[in-house]
Amino acid sequence: MSNAANSGRALPRAGCALPRAPLPWALVTPALGWTLLFFVLPFLAMGLSSLTAHEGGGFTLANYSQFFTDPSYWRAMVNSLEVTAIVTVISVLLAYPFAWILAEQVPERWQRLALMLAVLPFWTSYVVRSYSWLLVLAQNGVINRALTSLGLVAEPLQLANTRFATVTGFVHFFVMLLTLTIFANLKQLSPSYRKAAADLGAGPVRTFLHVVLPLTLPGIMVGAFLTFVLCIGDYITPQILGGNNELLMPQLVMMQIGRRGDFPLASALSIILMAVVTVAYLACARWLKIERA
Amino acid sequence: MRALVRIASWLYALAVYGFIFLPVVVLVLFSLQATSFPIPPFTGPSLRWYGAVLSDTRLTSALVNSLLVAVLSSLAAVTLGFLSAWGFARFTLPSSALLRGLITLPLTVSYLIIGMGLLVLFNWAGVPKSLLAAGIGHVVINLPLCFAIIYSQMGDHQINIERAARDLGAPEWKVLLLITVPVMAPAIFAGFFLSMTFSWDEFVISFLLTRFDTTLPVEIWNLLRSGLNPKTNAIGSLVFAVSIVLVVLFELTLLRRKPA
Repeated sequence: MSNAANSGRALPRAGCALPRAPLPWALVTPALGWTLLFFVLPFLAMGLSSLTAHEGGGFTLANYSQFFTDPSYWRAMVNSLEVTAIVTVISVLLAYPFAWILAEQVPERWQRLALMLAVLPFWTSYVVRSYSWLLVLAQNGVINRALTSLGLVAEPLQLANTRFATVTGFVHFFVMLLTLTIFANLKQLSPSYRKAAADLGAGPVRTFLHVVLPLTLPGIMVGAFLTFVLCIGDYITPQILGGNNELLMPQLVMMQIGRRGDFPLASALSIILMAVVTVAYLACARWLKIERA
Repeated sequence: MRALVRIASWLYALAVYGFIFLPVVVLVLFSLQATSFPIPPFTGPSLRWYGAVLSDTRLTSALVNSLLVAVLSSLAAVTLGFLSAWGFARFTLPSSALLRGLITLPLTVSYLIIGMGLLVLFNWAGVPKSLLAAGIGHVVINLPLCFAIIYSQMGDHQINIERAARDLGAPEWKVLLLITVPVMAPAIFAGFFLSMTFSWDEFVISFLLTRFDTTLPVEIWNLLRSGLNPKTNAIGSLVFAVSIVLVVLFELTLLRRKPA
């Protein structure tokens, strides 16, 4: 990106035909206008709406105070944070060794194929992917059928409509995503680091712990943050797999719109959710040195 | 020691592949179920449910809607993204960094919140729920993506070609159409392709902003209300097949374009 920025400044030089002044603005105004009209303005509308009451009347903070005083609303936020934290940790722990095996143990010419295979289900529709896990985890689904016919359990386990199901669905998606990012990270690592460590007498384990792992840590942090943001804002997976036994924040937001048409409360909850993500971003910003091409 | 690591690696990789493919295999297998429940035992193979999907006009028209929204919103996103990337990369604009930040801002906000905002705004402005409204939302999510991809690929070497064209007397529109667009084609194509896949798969914005005429993910969602149903498996498998074909095509085109 810095390349392009510099070149932009380098262009208006003597000798080259300078385009007329309005042209640059004509190029960037449509995109800026679109963003202002359909992203910034809706956000402001949502902010205003969150300060009104569903029943009408003047400005009020009731929607926000409702969130902070009603324990069931609090509970949804706590559930969301818990599920997201569990998903992020499990996904990183599962994906790292997998990406390492793909990058280090699989022969070079098979790597592209192995990676493509590993992320193939990524391309199934999101709704369908959650539904597929429902098939696997259902009362008389594949897993329960296998367990009962093997005699491992007497009664089918309650797997669907639980937090376990939500976490499984999320982990499935994010293992693929994180494998991609961590694999790219491991491949970017110059082999000379490893050679240098070996020359200095470090064994494979020490090389990994003191060279490879610390050097890939920033990439892991970016992947983990991406997981956090995408996971905490997702409605589909908890709704299909978790059911309504315990609500997460996005489900709570959608419930206000669906059942009661309460836009102000839904707006307030959305803004609170966004604030939490922003706080998380600021807290991690130090470790998130997102590299630009 | 080395052999042990190898064996452990193989076992671990197999286990993860198994986990990743388990739901997809179950989905496709039970789409071929002959009876009405997509649960063991397997009673197929039968193409009965694929027939049911193809003769369901709600699903087929939702599929056409999805394609329409995906193609048109991606075209709009890639056009706006390309023009603005060109403007920012080639000319010095006041507070350029701030404005670029504004264009990429929607990338950091979840789809649910973008959809909610548009719902509240359209509700106030009296804009009815429609495919057009959902399409507008899809441009909002894909424009920053197209902008970021194309902007990051606008390097120095292309400037000189453009400059040469201008020196030879080409008017600005000719430079754009005959030089910049062909040179940037891979990035433009990548932006368009990614926008297509995101729009094609997007659920929550379409769910909030459409009513009767809707997109395929929303129609599949409606199917889920009837519980486990092999018809859902069949439409899911079809969507998966289409995506795989697209991804393979994409890989092949990119590989062909890349100088070895």
